Amino acid sequence: MKTLLIAEYRAGKLLESYTELVGFAQALNAESAMFVVGSTGVLPHFNGTCYVASAETCGEYNPTVHKRLVLEVIEKEQPDVIVFHHSSYGWDLAPRLAAALGVAQISEVMDLQESLPVVPVCNAKLRRTVRPSTKRYIVTLQPGAFNGSESDTTPEIVAMEDGDGSGTIVFEGYEQPEKTAVDLSRAEIIVSAGRGIGKQENVQMVAELAERLGGEYGASRPVVDALWVEHSRQVGTTGQSVTPKLYIACGISGAIQHLAGMKKSEFVVAVNTDRDAPIGEVADVLVVSDLKQFVPALLERLS
Amino acid sequence: MKILVCIKQVPDMESKFTLQERWYDTHDLAWRLNEYDEYAIEQAVAIKEQLGDSDLTVLSIGPARVKEAMKKALAMGCDRGLHIEDNEVEQRDPQQIAALIAAHARDNHYDLIFCGMQSQDRASAQVGVITAEKLGFPCVTTIVDFHLQDGSITVKRELEGGLKARVSLSPPALFTCQLGLNTPRYPTLPNIMKAKKKEMITVPAAEISQEAAVQETMDIYFPEKKGGGLILEGDAGELADRLLRILKEQTTVMG
Repeated sequence: MKTLLIAEYRAGKLLESYTELVGFAQALNAESAMFVVGSTGVLPHFNGTCYVASAETCGEYNPTVHKRLVLEVIEKEQPDVIVFHHSSYGWDLAPRLAAALGVAQISEVMDLQESLPVVPVCNAKLRRTVRPSTKRYIVTLQPGAFNGSESDTTPEIVAMEDGDGSGTIVFEGYEQPEKTAVDLSRAEIIVSAGRGIGKQENVQMVAELAERLGGEYGASRPVVDALWVEHSRQVGTTGQSVTPKLYIACGISGAIQHLAGMKKSEFVVAVNTDRDAPIGEVADVLVVSDLKQFVPALLERLS
Repeated sequence: MKILVCIKQVPDMESKFTLQERWYDTHDLAWRLNEYDEYAIEQAVAIKEQLGDSDLTVLSIGPARVKEAMKKALAMGCDRGLHIEDNEVEQRDPQQIAALIAAHARDNHYDLIFCGMQSQDRASAQVGVITAEKLGFPCVTTIVDFHLQDGSITVKRELEGGLKARVSLSPPALFTCQLGLNTPRYPTLPNIMKAKKKEMITVPAAEISQEAAVQETMDIYFPEKKGGGLILEGDAGELADRLLRILKEQTTVMG
């Protein structure tokens, strides 16, 4: 079996996530080649052939050109599995190849069961084993699901001609996140509010609990999207990653994007009415209760 | 402009799921409009309002129940509904769903198509992109900002860690919408009443496309609970006492 691993490069840097692609190829016992639109100046530690196109001329985000380049490499390498990270780059580019090749794409693979991909269903409450019916197929890997692996060797480089770098989509530039007013990464205790708080007024009790415990309060994405809490307090993939000694998740179901930002916390307490909520998987203690009753009860005892 | 918004009806994620051989039991579940699609609908309606002379169709694939989700879209401001009837929709893979949408869109010459970036149940994040590829439309995924002015579109894509990419393009184009793109409106009662009179056409899926599946679900199951997690149940006051005791014993942060 042979895999083609699609590494990512952003703002002049090769993203570390390529090591997880290598880890996945090893789990499949496959030989592999790699591809990146990046720079021969920053190369992966990888034992094999690495096709490199120049991000300077192709653009870091130019799906039409990136698609054409990957198709070219597929033609040369004839891989069985094409492997992406399930990221803003991977979920954007992978389906374009699935469409061009007419092959199966299996998204957000988190495990392998007898070599078949396992993916989450319904906000990770369920798991599904999927079999591609095309001989060649594409996967995108859930961040952190496969252990990273790298070798000390430098890859054999094949520099690619990019040809026409124009496309119908014009990349205008990056926008950096606002300097966060709140640095949650230093907090020892974080109490976070999720969708289960129900309404904006209830942010107050979560903030009060954080203050009473001497910590900071945070929030999951739906609460930030509803503009109940500012973005600088968002915990998760698109917000901050935190590692406090105590993390109390109030009314947070535990979407993978949230878990990715807090699962390294030392001790996790989840307060949720749903016993089966995925947050339970990373919680040391799951309190099955309505936070609107439980948090006031806790505050009363802390006063 | 002709605008299409594609939506999906999904189970309430807090449902108690029971499993059948290769899927969850779809009876006795509460159904909702896929959360990402609310943002897609809002964006489509906002553009229609901005431009005035526009026409907005909402499309959904599935059994008769999906018309409930479509009614919400109509009440939010879509002009008409196209229901592609498919009683086995949960067995369709993303390529098949995209083939249905593309077959419809090809004949209807849309300028703009909006989809959610993924569904909450399958979460493949593929249907929008594959649809665009089939149509030969440029496509930008995961947008959190959308501006249309003088026929030119500027959007922001959400990347990891709060970084965004600014991208521009011209119609026709397809966009997949991320949470937080806008603030989806609540349908008002008069608009809910008006929506009942809007056109809703049902077409059997088999008449539109019969593309074959390229993947199949072999097994569905609940994840194993990782050991160690303690589950506390009972009266809120008692739970608070027990939790405080545990925190004092097992963490270093409680004085």
